[in-house]
Amino acid sequence: MARDFEMNRRRALAAAGAALAGAALPSRAQRFQPAQDITPLLLLVTHGTTPREEGVEIDLPQIAENGNSVPMRIRIASPMTAGDYVKAIYIFAERNPRPLVATFHLNAQSGRAEVTTRVRLAGTQKVRALAELSGDRFVIGAMDVLVTAAACLDESLL
Amino acid sequence: MMLGKVQVPPTVKRGEAFEVRVLVQHPMETGFRRNLDGQSIPANIVDKLACRLGGREIFRAELGTGISANPYIAFFTTADASGELVVEWSDDRGEKGRVATMVTVV
Repeated sequence: MARDFEMNRRRALAAAGAALAGAALPSRAQRFQPAQDITPLLLLVTHGTTPREEGVEIDLPQIAENGNSVPMRIRIASPMTAGDYVKAIYIFAERNPRPLVATFHLNAQSGRAEVTTRVRLAGTQKVRALAELSGDRFVIGAMDVLVTAAACLDESLL
Repeated sequence: MMLGKVQVPPTVKRGEAFEVRVLVQHPMETGFRRNLDGQSIPANIVDKLACRLGGREIFRAELGTGISANPYIAFFTTADASGELVVEWSDDRGEKGRVATMVTVV
C-alpha cells in the first residue's frame, strides 16, 4: 500500500515537472527572441537587388534603457530634386517579432530626406534602415543598439 | 475620433524645407502582451498615416507593432503657397483621426 502511494507520488511529480518544463518553454522563447535573418524580407522590398551600403545615417542612442520607446532619426544623403530623390524609407529590427517596423513614403517635394520617430526594440540588436531612391536604386545603413529592458515581452511572465 | 497634434513653424519660406511634427494618442497594443489573467490583449495598431498640404499628398507612413505607444513622427516638406496641412490616420479597427493646421508661406 505504501509502495503504491510512493509510485503514484513519483509519477505525479514527474508529470508535474514535465508540465512545468513545457509551460516554461514558450516564455523562454519569447524572452530570448533570436535575431532573425531578414535578408528574404529585404529582397522582397528591393525586388531582388542588393542595396548599397552608403548615405544612410541612423541616429539611435548607444544604450537604450527602455526598449518600449527608443528615439530614432534616419537621414539619407540625397539632393531631393525631381530627378534624384528618396521615395521610401523602411526600418527593420531583426529581433522584433515583426521585423518591419515602419515604412515612410517621401517625394521630390520633401526637401530633406529625414524622418524622426520612436520605436520599440525587443532586445539588443542591429537596426537597419533601407531607402528606396528614384530610379529603382536602394541604399542601406545599420546601427547597433544596446537595449537594457526589452519591449514586446510578456510582462506577466517576467 | 482619436486625439492628435501637429506642429509646423509659424511661417515658412517658399520652397525651403520645414519640419512637420505629428503626435497621435494611441496605445499601439502589439497583441503580444497578456493581462494578469493570462489572456492575450488584442492588437490595436495605427497602421496608416497620411499628410496632405493644399490637397497634395506630401507624406505617407505604414506603421507596425514596432512603433511606440503614442506614435511620434517628424518629417520634412516644402511649400510653394500657403495652405491647410491635414494629417489623417486610421487604426486596424477602422477608427480614424484627423488634425489640421495652417502653413503660412512668406
